[in-house]
Amino acid sequence: MHVGVGLPNTTPGADRELLINWARQADEGPFSNLSVLDRLVYDSYEPLTVLAAAAVITQRIRLATTIVISPLRNTALLAKEAATVDVLSGGRLTLGLAVGARRDDYDAAGVEYASRGKRLTEQLEALRAYWEDESFGPRPIQPNGPELLIGGGSDHTFARMVRYADGYVHGGGPPKTFARAAEKARSAWLDAGRPGQPRLWAMGYFALGGDAAETGHAYLRDYYAFTGPFAEKIAAGLLTTPQAIAQFIRGYADAGCDELVLFPTVPALEQLQRLAEVIGH
Amino acid sequence: MNVLILGGGPAGLYFGLLLKKADPAHNITVIERNPAGATYGWGVVFSDRTLTSFREADPKTYRQITDTFVLWEAIDVYYRDEIIRIGGNVFAGLSRRVLLNILQERCRELGVRLIFEADITDLAQLPGVAGADDFDLVVAADGVNSLTRKTYAHIFKPDLDIGKSKFIWFGTTKIFDAFTFIFRENEHGLFQVHAYPFDGTTGTFIVECAEEVWRRAGLDQAGEAGSIAYCEKLFAPELGGARLLSNRSLWVNFVTVKNKTWRHGHIVLLGDAAHTAHFSIGSGTKLAMEDAIALANMFEQHREVTVALNEYELERRPRVEALQAAALESQTYFETIRRTLDLEPLQFTFHLMSRSGRLGYNNLRQRDPHFSEAVDRWFASPPSTPPPLRGGKGGGRLIAPSPLFNPYKLRELTLVNRLVLTPTPGYSASDGLPNETHAAQLDRLALGGAGLVLTEPAAASPTGRITPGDVGMYRPEHIAAWKRITDFIHANSTAKVGLPLNHAGRRGSTRPRSQGLDRPLRTGNWPLLAASALPYTRHSQIPKAMDHADMEQVCHDFAQAARMAGEAGFDLLQLHFGHGYLLAGFLSPLTNRRDDEYGGSLENRLRFPLELFAAVRAVWPEDKPLAVALNVTDFVAGGFDQDEAVTVAQTLRAHGCDLIEVLAGQTTPESNPPYQPGFLTPLSDWVRSKAGIATMVGGNLTLTDEVNTILAAGRADLCVMHPLALDD
Repeated sequence: MHVGVGLPNTTPGADRELLINWARQADEGPFSNLSVLDRLVYDSYEPLTVLAAAAVITQRIRLATTIVISPLRNTALLAKEAATVDVLSGGRLTLGLAVGARRDDYDAAGVEYASRGKRLTEQLEALRAYWEDESFGPRPIQPNGPELLIGGGSDHTFARMVRYADGYVHGGGPPKTFARAAEKARSAWLDAGRPGQPRLWAMGYFALGGDAAETGHAYLRDYYAFTGPFAEKIAAGLLTTPQAIAQFIRGYADAGCDELVLFPTVPALEQLQRLAEVIGH
Repeated sequence: MNVLILGGGPAGLYFGLLLKKADPAHNITVIERNPAGATYGWGVVFSDRTLTSFREADPKTYRQITDTFVLWEAIDVYYRDEIIRIGGNVFAGLSRRVLLNILQERCRELGVRLIFEADITDLAQLPGVAGADDFDLVVAADGVNSLTRKTYAHIFKPDLDIGKSKFIWFGTTKIFDAFTFIFRENEHGLFQVHAYPFDGTTGTFIVECAEEVWRRAGLDQAGEAGSIAYCEKLFAPELGGARLLSNRSLWVNFVTVKNKTWRHGHIVLLGDAAHTAHFSIGSGTKLAMEDAIALANMFEQHREVTVALNEYELERRPRVEALQAAALESQTYFETIRRTLDLEPLQFTFHLMSRSGRLGYNNLRQRDPHFSEAVDRWFASPPSTPPPLRGGKGGGRLIAPSPLFNPYKLRELTLVNRLVLTPTPGYSASDGLPNETHAAQLDRLALGGAGLVLTEPAAASPTGRITPGDVGMYRPEHIAAWKRITDFIHANSTAKVGLPLNHAGRRGSTRPRSQGLDRPLRTGNWPLLAASALPYTRHSQIPKAMDHADMEQVCHDFAQAARMAGEAGFDLLQLHFGHGYLLAGFLSPLTNRRDDEYGGSLENRLRFPLELFAAVRAVWPEDKPLAVALNVTDFVAGGFDQDEAVTVAQTLRAHGCDLIEVLAGQTTPESNPPYQPGFLTPLSDWVRSKAGIATMVGGNLTLTDEVNTILAAGRADLCVMHPLALDD
């Protein structure tokens, strides 16, 4: 399993300088990927735009959306943006897509909420066709287009994943909830006669050192306030010590995760350095 | 806090006393409809784990409970004329009346106010106390018919599911020394009993049967005394002269209660009001008292009522839902139990024990090695086929391997074990010709321990391929290429080799599946055939609806491929009737819209697949088995379903089919199977028991424990496994 780090693109207070320095330092290691989240009605940066910027100031690291709320976007534009980031990064984009969980994002984008699943399916049908279309351009650097992941938890998620995508991205939680979802993904993959195995991505949140834990908890309670009491559960899962991170990594590796992303909850560069020290060991 | 608890059952009383104990300043009132001493029902059951949680919650009532309960550690199964005992299942039984007395006494001691005989029909008019709004917290522990739930149905959004069976709750003077299942058939049908002891002199005795059996037996007209007389006569051998006791006993259907939410402002549903789970898997009292503990704990952590109630539901709901899911499996098992009556007693018992998916082969081996080894010995040599001994006495095995490592015979083919391994497709063949990669993969599986190796599906014609990289059996040079593979496996391993033959139908002419399913080729497409001219996806090529000449050609291709497979040394042949390919396309009403003799009724939809089967059976050697991979359900509303699959399997069996591989889904892109390891197993169980044909099942089985559980229970005869080590 590889371990990557999130860019603080949905952490209020993250400025231009932090995002640029964060991306540069993450590229220096020991992280395998640099990932972003997506929220419309929140003080946050647009994920693909951020990755376009990251693409030109990094050399090595894989750039991933975990996830982009696909139905909010025009499909042709999404395809073009993703292809553009793939070209700018020299073929380093992983595009994770899902329907998201917030109605207000849909209302703000003027997109119908009720049909979001159907719309995601239609988008998935079309994406690869755009990437293959010579007249559409740019052609992604990765021969089959950006690595494509699907997020979510319903039975439909796994049916979509196996029909259209290269793998699955899990939304967070203890390793055993990931393990159950991973088993579903593998069952679907095997049943459909897809070669090899699905790529399995997962994520967690961290806050290291000093009073970072408190700031991190407050951020998660706010970011997930729309889930009601569940926000408390998510906040309780925040990784606040090197020991907790080591066990989390071990648990996900044992459950068969390929790429784990650890997202910051405090917009400060020293968080990246602290995490690098833990991962580096 | 001012707390009102509606309902003086175990949930309400236990929560009341736990909350009062935590903070005596709380002002708590319990309102109960019945008099203090009255109770309906007989005994309740707790697992040892539940008892441990009682000890932590309130040691005093725990001691009183454990002073009076009856502990047992065995389950007895009375079936045909045998009694089979499975040990290692520790449970405690207790009289419901005694339990309520203990809880009431403790409530009084702690200062919880109890009001009895207060029949409330309207929440706005609570007699003896003020209205619900005057309370900080209202706990609706008012049972399965909860008035609170009905009053706020628009908030709780209850979902009530009525079970198919009829059951009645008796007491008995018979002293059972174990949890007891009795299965007995008479001229009216099958009856089953769930019985358990709960004090020194009395036991609970629940009788259950299908509704039509209940009517045939006249029990719908019998009344209380008549029902007792009928059941005492029916179960006279087991009761041995003991009586059945009634306490307002009525025949009812089990109601599974679920609610969208359990809370509304400062009101919370507790116990049966919130959720029920079929009695065959444990008692509602256990769930109710665990609810009470969880809720009381939340008030130790949170002062704010709505926060505590939120936390309570978050914490408790996943556990309750998991138990309800297992209970539904168990309930369905008893509702459809007739189909398992062909199983011999040991296998019947194993099937019963593993019904809800919570206990498997390894668990049972740990609980009762004697039972487990008896199952192993039975599996290795069922009494119906005793080995010949001098003197003619039946011997049977003294020791035996686990079910997985038993041989299996199909016609003249003997497989050394029940394990079927198959490679994940690579789509790397060139014009159907298997290459070195195919050979190496199959060798690995054969030498890795398979009883049967199945190749990836092979096309019977170039236009029957899914992708240009499919293997095939249609060119003369294919015979030698395959023979090289089968010869090596036969020479170097004990494995046999099977070839699945397929025609892709409307799913043909697509790209290799490395980037997804059913993506048409960019160039070099070939024309497609199907039952009807419907494309698989919006972007798929429109297939031609097959005419008679097409059908003849496809039958001819398959028969020729079968002859070639024989020459190539294959031991078993399988025809693909699944996953939306050509033949599955004929079977499903979603994809077969023909108005000729090949469409419409199931008989018509089966006509062409059956013609093709017969054409192959006619040329495939008589001594070699012919299997069919059959979609048992489309997992789409209005599609081919489990009942049609049984008819198809029976018909195929009558035409010389030896084995059904159970598949499901993929008939259309909308198909949405509940993917998880073992998701095909219930479908295999269904077909095997209803159609009486051998089955093979996969569904991402990665552990030998899963395979042994399936085989020992008779849910399949062979298992397609995906061993964990294969991915290393």
